[in-house]
This record gives sequence, structure tokens and C-alpha cells, in this order.
Amino acid sequence: MIVADKKPIEEIVEEIKDHERILILGCNECVTVCEAGGKKEVEILASALRMYFLNQGREKNIEELTLERQCDSEYVEEIRGVSDQYDALVSLACGVGVQFTAEHYPGLPIYPGVNTCFLGATEHRGLWTERCQACGQCILARTGGICPVSRCAKRIMNGPCGGSSNGKCEINPDLACAWQLIVDRLDSLGRLEEYETLSPVKDWSADRAGGPRKVEREDVQS
Amino acid sequence: MNLKTPSKLEQVFAAGHIAVTSECGPPRGSDPEAVTKKAEMIKDHVDAINITDNQTAMTRLCSLASCIHIKQMGLEPILQMVTRDRNRIAMQSDLLGAASFDIHNLLCLSGDHQSFGDCAQGQNVHDLDSMQLIQTARQMRDEGKFLGGDDIKRPPRMFVGAAANPFADPYEIRVPRLAKKVAAGAEYIQTQCIFNLEKFEQWMHDVRERGLHEKTCIMAGITPFKSAGMAKFMAKRVPGMDIPDALVKRMSDTPKDKQQAEGIKIAIESIQRLKECQGVKGFHIMAIEWEEKVPEICEAAGMHPRPENAG
Ligand code: SF4
Ligand code: SF4
Repeated sequence: MIVADKKPIEEIVEEIKDHERILILGCNECVTVCEAGGKKEVEILASALRMYFLNQGREKNIEELTLERQCDSEYVEEIRGVSDQYDALVSLACGVGVQFTAEHYPGLPIYPGVNTCFLGATEHRGLWTERCQACGQCILARTGGICPVSRCAKRIMNGPCGGSSNGKCEINPDLACAWQLIVDRLDSLGRLEEYETLSPVKDWSADRAGGPRKVEREDVQS
Repeated sequence: MNLKTPSKLEQVFAAGHIAVTSECGPPRGSDPEAVTKKAEMIKDHVDAINITDNQTAMTRLCSLASCIHIKQMGLEPILQMVTRDRNRIAMQSDLLGAASFDIHNLLCLSGDHQSFGDCAQGQNVHDLDSMQLIQTARQMRDEGKFLGGDDIKRPPRMFVGAAANPFADPYEIRVPRLAKKVAAGAEYIQTQCIFNLEKFEQWMHDVRERGLHEKTCIMAGITPFKSAGMAKFMAKRVPGMDIPDALVKRMSDTPKDKQQAEGIKIAIESIQRLKECQGVKGFHIMAIEWEEKVPEICEAAGMHPRPENAG
């Protein structure tokens, strides 16, 4: 899933301070799972903002709504009927949702309420860690199912670097070295000899480097 | 002798001599004397001089320009290149730039992470990794072709090397990792500083079992301790460094005013012992900000004069 983190409230206050009628718009997908932008977080943020502005002696009309998704027209269109009641929108969806909602409502200012961080997994409640950078050319088959693009601080294809120490990455003793994980996993699969196969120069054109990407599937287009 | 490049380092290896290299770190400013002075101190005692590339991710005078300064002194530079700061266009381009000044040695590294340096908020590139840089340099030289496949007019003629850490984790791949660098095309290897001689000898034993010592020229990395404090710091703080407690104790038990001499003595003893280790073809002396001691170490370890000076 896409993992996001809440923005500090001061930053959101700064974004919306000149608006009067504000809709806080959550999303029921990834940001709900990572507890950054679901219904619960919409409620908390809305109350905190109301309180903040009340304390400033400025009552604002702050409302709450959470859509099923903000990355699908079908759901984004659900606020069509009420959109003109607001002069600003704070979206707690990921960066995709924020932009997609904005595209649907060209006249409505929209502000991000979260920092979109990475594609990751829930290790346990309150701990999410990165697993993928959507490089567009997945090489997990060659690396024992562990991704060096997202999990090695130098995205080394033929690792580890000289900084791997006691299973940890040179940049942080709390961070596992991706290449230690890869070697351990190849070992437990009985495939350690594969380690010696040189990984060829990677084609980064399917990555961010190649410019904005799209997936187009004519077979499923109606 | 069947030489692939005009590199002096390659010649020394090919003639069967023990090779000696050392290094100069460029300054955090643009004064070329900061490099040329260090080079002057060591020039008669080494076969080639590594120029580090923004080491510890601190912005410095660039390795290529420093190599040119040294080349213009009539010395033999080794261009260090990290994959952190350049993409494949810039790396190939810099290799051509170096070749245009007849710089004939390259050392490929991934480089310390930028979070250690003065630009912790910067991007890193890592378009290629160090093994792929080795392959790229070899392809440019041996096939005369760019990565993209086009022909190079006057291809670079560089002797291509890499670093290796015989003590690094994960343990299982200490030797396979070297094998991979050799397969990528590393013609010489400079190792991490060696303090744990037994462990290094064990590694060399495993290296010989796979015949890797015959496919690449392994240079043992030597760093003299300047003080007991430095020994302790390196033992505790520098990742991938293996310093036996006995050695730290030996430094600590030495009175302060004699510690420098003791550090030099340890370095000399290490060289003398490792000269006997089959497969060690040279020494890389990393006397960080202590270059003036390199001649003394080389002389005492019986590595002076250098072959070309001896005629
Ligand atoms: S290799 Fe690319 S697509 Fe596969 S997990 Fe890593 S970043 Fe994601
Ligand atoms: S220590 Fe491991 S994870 Fe960290 S940069 Fe080096 S190879 Fe990558």
C-alpha cells in the first residue's frame, strides 16, 4: 500500500488560514490502513482545527467527509453536489488522491493533509516500512524476493557495499542491510550460488528517470 | 610482458614486483598545492597515488582535477570514482576526460552514503553500482564501446581496480563477493585496512582456493595508528573495521609520546608479515593526513627503492 504520515497541524493551519468553509476529505484505502488519512484521522484533524481557530477567536466552518477512494473518478464525483459549499479542501489522501480530486474540481483550492512517504507494509500497528519504489522493471526474481532498489540505501544491484555491518546498513544501526537479507534468503532457499551472477546494468527508463509513466491496457478498456 | 594499458601500476605487477600505492585526499577548497604537496611527500616511495573522490561524502576538490595536477608532476594517479554522484553519462564522460590526460588507473567504488557528509539533504544517483562501473570501464577499454553500444574514438586505456573488505559482513560471501568483482573485470584490488592479520590470512587462503589471487592483483591495505585514541575510535566507530583487542591494548599501553612510533612499528610489522602471504601482490598505504610517514614505513618494510627508480 501507499504509506503516508500526518502533516504537522501548524503546516495545515498555514495552508488554510485564509479560507472560511473547509472540507476535510479522507480516503478509505491505504491512508486508512496506515492511520494517516482515514475517517478517524479526518475527525481528529477537523476537531483540532476548529479548536485552534476558536482559540484565535475565528470561527470557521470545517466539515468532514471520507470517500471510498480519491484515485477513482466514480468516488471523487460524489462531492460534486456539495463542492460549491466550500472555499477550500484539505485532502488526507495520498498525493495521488490530492491531485486527482483537484483535477475534478478546477475552481476549488485543495491542500495536502499528509506527507506521502512510500510503498510499504504494516510490520505491526504503528510501524510501516518501505518495500518498493515502483521502478517499473521488477527484479525480485533475481534477488531472493528482496528489493535492493527500495531497501538498500544505495540501491546497489550487486551488493552489499563495504558498509554492511552485523546485518545493518551503514546509514543507520536500526536499519537492516538489504543485501544481508538477500544473502540470508538465498541461503535459506539453498540458492546462495546465485549470488555470484552479476546483475546487469539496470534499465531505469521504466523508473522515474524515464518521465511520468502510464500503464495502458487496451484489452480492459471499454 | 603482455600489458593491456600504459599503467605503471600494471607494469610493476607484471614484472613481479611488490607494488606500493598510497593516497591523497583532495582539499575542501581549490588550492592545488594541498594535493601536490602531499604527492611530493610520497612520490619517490610509491608506484601510484590514489586520489579519493569526495570521501566520507564531504564536498571537496574533484578527484579528476586532482589527478591531472598529479599527472602534470610526472606522477601516476589512480582516479577513484564513486557511483554516488554521477549517472552513466557523467561517469563515461569523466573516464574520457581522464583518458584525455592519459590517466591510466581507475578505482571503482560505491562511495559513502551522503548522509555522512555535508550534503545530507542531497540526492544520490547510483545509476550504476561499483561492479557495473568496473564492467563499463572494461567495455570502454577492451571493446572500445560506450555502454550505449557506439564506438569510442581513442578509447580510454585504464587499469581497472576495485576495493574489497575481507572483514565485511555477510560472512558467507566475503570470498564470493571478490569473485564477483573479478568476474566484473577488476584487475587489481585494494583492501580495507588490515589489522586482524590472522583473519586476513584466512581470507587469502580461501581466495587462493578459488584461484582468485591469480586473476587479480591483491594489494593489502595498511593504515598506521597515530594514537591509541585513533585505534579505539576505529575499533568502535568505523563499520566493517576489524581491530583485535590486543592491538588496541598494545597502543594504549604505550606512553603517549611513543604512540606514533608504535603505530608506525605495527604497520611495518604487518607489511613484513603479509609480504610472506601467498597472493599478496602489493600494499596500499592509507596514512590519512599523515602522508609524511609513508616514506619511513616503506623504507623500513623493505619496499624502497621502487622498481623504476632502481632502473
Ligand atoms: S524491483 Fe522495482 S518493482 Fe520490484 S519491488 Fe523493487 S522497486 Fe518495486
Ligand atoms: S549497508 Fe547494505 S543496505 Fe546499506 S547501502 Fe550498503 S548494501 Fe545497501
